Parts: sequence; C-alpha cells; structure tokens
Amino acid sequence: MERLFKFVYKYRAFFTFLLLELFCAWLVVENNQYQSTRYFNSSNQIAANIISTSQSIKEYFSLRDINTQLANENASLRKKLDDRNQVIEEIGLSQLKNVAIVNRFEYISAKVINNSTSQYKNFITINKGIDSGLQPGMAVISVQGAIGKVKSVSSHHSVLISLLNIDDQVSSKIKRTGHFGTVQWDGTDPRVIDLRYIPRHVSPLVGDTIVTSGYNAVFPEGILIGIIKEVKLSEESPFHQIKVELSQDFGKLAFVEVVKSNLKAEQDSVEVITKGIQK
Amino acid sequence: MSKSGIIHFFLFFVYAIAQVLLLKNLVLFNTAFCFLYVVFILLLPVETNNLLLMLAGFLLGFTIDIFYDSLGLHAMALVVVAYLRNYWLGVITPQGGYDSGLPPTLASNGLQWFLIYAIPLLFVHHFVLFFTEAAGFSRFGFTLLKVVMSLLFTLSVVLILQYFSLERRR
Repeated sequence: MERLFKFVYKYRAFFTFLLLELFCAWLVVENNQYQSTRYFNSSNQIAANIISTSQSIKEYFSLRDINTQLANENASLRKKLDDRNQVIEEIGLSQLKNVAIVNRFEYISAKVINNSTSQYKNFITINKGIDSGLQPGMAVISVQGAIGKVKSVSSHHSVLISLLNIDDQVSSKIKRTGHFGTVQWDGTDPRVIDLRYIPRHVSPLVGDTIVTSGYNAVFPEGILIGIIKEVKLSEESPFHQIKVELSQDFGKLAFVEVVKSNLKAEQDSVEVITKGIQK
Repeated sequence: MSKSGIIHFFLFFVYAIAQVLLLKNLVLFNTAFCFLYVVFILLLPVETNNLLLMLAGFLLGFTIDIFYDSLGLHAMALVVVAYLRNYWLGVITPQGGYDSGLPPTLASNGLQWFLIYAIPLLFVHHFVLFFTEAAGFSRFGFTLLKVVMSLLFTLSVVLILQYFSLERRR
C-alpha cells in the first residue's frame, strides 16, 4: 500500500494531468448534449453582463444598418397586414374559426449580445430568458430567415444553437417542388449551408428557395433558410449534394425573434403516442 | 503571496478579458484565430510547479470556455500545454540555464530560443483545441488549415507584444 502511495506521489503531475483532462473531456461531452439549463455558459449573469456592456459599445457602430433593417421590416409587415386585411374583407370572413390554430405561434423579440460564425459549433447569446417565457427547444428566426434553437436559458439571457453549428439539423423543404430534406452546416463557409437527403429523382435547380418544413413543430412552416447555389449529383450517391446560400448573414445579426409554439406539446405528445402504438 | 505572484494574478484577468472581449471578435479569413491567453501559461516563471501550472491552465481555460460557450474545450487544450511546458523547458535549456525567478521571455533568452519554445506548445494547443472541437478527424484538411493559420496569427501577435515589452525594459 505504501509503495502505491509512493508511486502515485512520484507521478503526481501525471495523475493530476490525467484527472483534469478526464474532467475536461467529460465537460465537453456533457456540453454537447442538445438541451440543458446550465450555469457555466455565456447566459450566466456575470458573463452575460460583461458581454452586454461590450455589445452596447459595439452597437453604436452598426446603428445605421440596424435602423435600415428595422424600417424595412416595418414596411414589409405593414404591407403584409394590408394584404391580409383585404383578403379577409373579400372573403367576408368576420370571425376566424379556430383560435388555437391561428394563435399557434407567439413571437418574442430579443437582442443578440454575443455571436460567432467561425467555430465549428457556433452559439448565439440573446438578452431574453426564463422571465420572458423562453424555454430550451424554441425556434429563433429573424426577418431574413431561420436562426437556430434555444439551447439553455437563465433568468435573463439564453444561449442559442446557431444554424451554423455542425451538430444542428433543421428539417426543411424545397419550396417549388415540396420535397423534404435536412439542412446542416459543414463547418467551413458561414454563408453557405448543406441541404441533404434530397433523393435522385427530384430535380432541384439553382435559385430554388429552401424553407423550413414545419415537421418538427419547432420552426413554423415556411420560414426562409436560403437559396440553392450549387447542385451536384455524383454517380453512386443516392442523394443530391446541394449547397444553399443562407438568406441571413450571420455575421450581422442584431435583433431576432423567439418563436413560442403553443401547440408543440400537443403535436409532440400525439406523435409519441402514435409511435408507441406502432411498436 | 510574493510580488510576482500578485502580478500574475492580475495578468490572469488581463489575458482572460482581452481574449473574450477583444480577440474573440478578431478572426481573419474565417480560419485564423488569435489565442493569446496561452501566453499566460508560457510566460509564468521557469520554476513554477507543474501542479500549479495545470491548475492555472484549467482555471483560465474554463473562464475562456464560459464566454465561448464551449465548456471544457479550451480548458482541455490549455491543461495539455501546462503539463508539457516544464518538460519542454527542461529539454531546451540554454547554455548556462535560466535566470531564476524570471519568466522565459524573448528578452532573456533571444528570438531563436523563444521560437523553439513557443511554436511547438502553441501548435499542440491549437491542434488539441480544433480537433476536439471538430470531434474527430472527419474534417481533417480544413481543421489543419485552421491550426496552421491560427498558429501563424497567434505567434505574430505574441512576438509583437514581446518586442514591445523588450523596448520598455531597456
């Protein structure tokens, strides 16, 4: 026994090294889990406050861009509202039938305080948290398209998994043909994302619009993701290799909207029940 | 705590803050990162205890990780550097040994020695960091490009800072 202690003591540096490395490895693996309410990330109070202050200084340099963007958004929303009103008037629809379906989604506006695009696993920190009703798993969009999902929340801040994260997959479809696939980032170019699992018999074209499919109840259906930039089909592959140019420039995120899906629990539970019956 | 201990305690925060507020936003060509905080471990005094080095490395890495949202990643890479540092210092001891109680800087040991000292350790750090982040070797080419570009970038910044402190000391 004494020899054992002596042995451990003699190589104490190595054993400490091993211990710390194992602990780090455990942290890395643990952090890769999709959803979590964790303390040690940029949504914790001290870290978020530091980042917020830094961001509020940086913001002055992009105020002009943000203003233009918000004005454009206002204009397009107003136009949509007018169109909608006209349609309703034409049909003579005074009262909408199913309130639950109409109010499926609520939108919570939030400001981006931390963002990266050049790592393999990019995360975004925003300034809304549990206090505003955010929960892990909610979708986040902007005017120009899909952004990501909420990963973890603290009382006033949350961390999002960006679309630019090699672990993140979003169910999507080609708007023109209606075929479903999955978008996933390959880790290289922050302007381009891959569309996978589009079978051979479909003929996607350069310029086709890619939108979210609404299959997973996280994203509302039809949120813009991007436009096809390049289509390749190799001899032996069962799927097309499609590069999609993102409609949202992730380097310029300023304001985003968190989508609160009121019927998500219902859709999920129905799906789980169905799967249970099949087994 | 000795005077040098207090200085290094403050330097810890200086490096951490510089990294998360300034250098985090500084990425060239989408591949070249500047991980200046590694220098904190490299420039601790020569006789610093191995255990203390690793502990400091872990704490600094962990702090950086909180802001990068990559828990464990930077800590892991920095602990490797902290572990290897003293062995590497032993291997490349210059003739006449080190000045006791002083950090192994460019000023005290010369440019050639400093490059031999810093390049392998920085390379190991970047290598561990990027390949752990990529979770394997499936993106080998691009990840290696990131490693090399970041090495060049970080090294340039380190050398510039070393030359600045050289001027000041004269």
